[in-house]
Amino acid sequence: MTGHSSVGWVDIVVILAYLFATGYLGWLGYRGTRSAADFLVGGRSAHPIIMAVSYGATFISTAAIVGFGGVAGLFGMSLLWLTVLNIGVGILIAFILLGEPTRRLGHHLRAHTFPELLGQRYQSRAIQIFAGVIIFLFMPLYSAAVMTGGSIFAATQFGIDFEVALLIFALITAAYVIPGGIKAVMYTDTMQGFVMVFAMIFLLVFTYSSLGGITEAHRTLTDMADMVPPPLAAIGHQGWTAMPDFGWGASNYDLWWTVITALVLGVGIGVLAQPQLVVRFMTVRSRRELDRAVPIGAVFILLMVGTPFVVGSLSNAWFAYKGPLVHGQVVEPIGTADERAWVELMQPDAAGTWTPILNPKTAAPVRAPLIISDREAAANAAGEAFELVSGRSIAATHTRGDADSIIPAFIIAAMPHWFGVIFFLALLAAAMSTMSSQFHTIGTAAGRDLYERISHGGHHREPSILVMRLAILLGLLIAVTISYTVRQEYVIARFTAIFFGLCAASFLPAYIGGLFFRRVTRAGALASMAVGLSVSLFWLTLIKSREASAIGLVQWITDGKTSLLADYPNWPTLDPIIIALPASLLTLILVSAVTRPPDAAHLRRCFPE
Amino acid sequence: MLGIDDPYVLMAYLGAIAMALVGILYGLIRRNAARDEVTPEDRLWALDEKKVDDEL
Repeated sequence: MTGHSSVGWVDIVVILAYLFATGYLGWLGYRGTRSAADFLVGGRSAHPIIMAVSYGATFISTAAIVGFGGVAGLFGMSLLWLTVLNIGVGILIAFILLGEPTRRLGHHLRAHTFPELLGQRYQSRAIQIFAGVIIFLFMPLYSAAVMTGGSIFAATQFGIDFEVALLIFALITAAYVIPGGIKAVMYTDTMQGFVMVFAMIFLLVFTYSSLGGITEAHRTLTDMADMVPPPLAAIGHQGWTAMPDFGWGASNYDLWWTVITALVLGVGIGVLAQPQLVVRFMTVRSRRELDRAVPIGAVFILLMVGTPFVVGSLSNAWFAYKGPLVHGQVVEPIGTADERAWVELMQPDAAGTWTPILNPKTAAPVRAPLIISDREAAANAAGEAFELVSGRSIAATHTRGDADSIIPAFIIAAMPHWFGVIFFLALLAAAMSTMSSQFHTIGTAAGRDLYERISHGGHHREPSILVMRLAILLGLLIAVTISYTVRQEYVIARFTAIFFGLCAASFLPAYIGGLFFRRVTRAGALASMAVGLSVSLFWLTLIKSREASAIGLVQWITDGKTSLLADYPNWPTLDPIIIALPASLLTLILVSAVTRPPDAAHLRRCFPE
Repeated sequence: MLGIDDPYVLMAYLGAIAMALVGILYGLIRRNAARDEVTPEDRLWALDEKKVDDEL
């Protein structure tokens, strides 16, 4: 419902200049030191800012900014717990506790991919292949989330169709990842990181100052708790600055379990077992370089995820007090004061009369909470007089309930047009830096971990570059197909959470066990990975109603139910990670306890210290 | 406080900032604490990595 912008020649010049600068930096990089490995080969140290921002740019993508920012616009600031975990787990624990042991183990075993690290540590070709298969099959889901986020923003900002934006995004990605820029060129990543930092700082400052400052902005949002739409209130939404209702055994606790288990824990813990991030630790020169990257990484992540979550939530206050006017007929007042009401939204037709706006899915009139600023007499299509009210509503009203469109809609409605272009570049930067590492990981999983290990009976040979390139192309096609086909409620955040949760349940116990515990056995690690993956997939296809109903198997088995546990409140909203990760951990411990300990000579090779 | 009445959301808001401050403090304290050396093994690993990179 917000007005569409269009592509002006200034936009095109700015975008081309940016792409040229990226290309130029990449070309400069190719002539000299470009990747982390080059720094290491040369015996030199990458500046901690370069190391941290490059890591952060890989970590943060359009999925976090558009996807999770939009979810915050829908569910509110409870999502800030994910920011706490992103910094506490994704930076502090990852860099301080896991970074150095990963680097050392990787170098001792001469591992270059995450599956190779696990395979070498446990002396198991099966583990390496299994991990490679998981990455190859499921990483495109995460790439699709990143691509959808960028495409939705481009479509909104430049007033083009989503499909066209997706095609352009896919072509830019292909041009970036297929011919050469697959492995992160650190200077390019860093420049992209700085564009993201500038965009986030401006966005945060602008949003707070336009709403009267930090406390005033929060207070305004807090006082809007009575404008939460009934479907969200029914699952426990208590306002955009409040946690969802907590408890167990009733549907009004569903939102709490969704936010905390799927979005906060799934992504917050899952980051530790992200293959494309784990391998980054191996390219680091020393423990000192890791230590020095921590502060920059922490501040970078605070800005990159804290800002969209806060701004996404506050967009409701902005739309409610400064946003475009909407019109309708009062259905029910909100509270005792008469300046707020639930209205059925209306629009004028060609004859000058007012007709209801209908929900395309239900054909029922669209209802929205309104802060009324004007009342006037009007006539409906039947010629009957009624009182037309005008006023402002929450963010979701302007995106027809679509969380993924909230951040784009806010940027286009609230910010100057030039900032929309800068923000698009920031998103492009965020997407490219993440996708280059995603597709590199897909390529190496196919070439090094699958093709090499399967076709040559486990004997090492040179990885097939052709297989890697074909795998990258295939991964890209799958990601584009998923983006094109699946457009559901907050799908960006959900795809990201599914992939992060799958990685956590499948890899995390075996990865951490392999770093710190010598008693963990090959059988224990393989069983743990198999259990983690199986339980996750079982839960996603048959229990978690949102995903299960989209897949459709559960309806077929149960004659139309959306979950095997549909009659037990809260279970269908519980994220797989809550069941699959403990199951995977328990399996690792139990199977390792009853199987033969690893070979002592191999352990000395893994841990010579 | 800060216009947020729910203590758990306020805790998350301030907690995120506190985490970043912990990161800054850690970086300052540990700035030169760890050794910074590149072993022959590290260099060998990087050469392998660079080879795959260059081929791609």
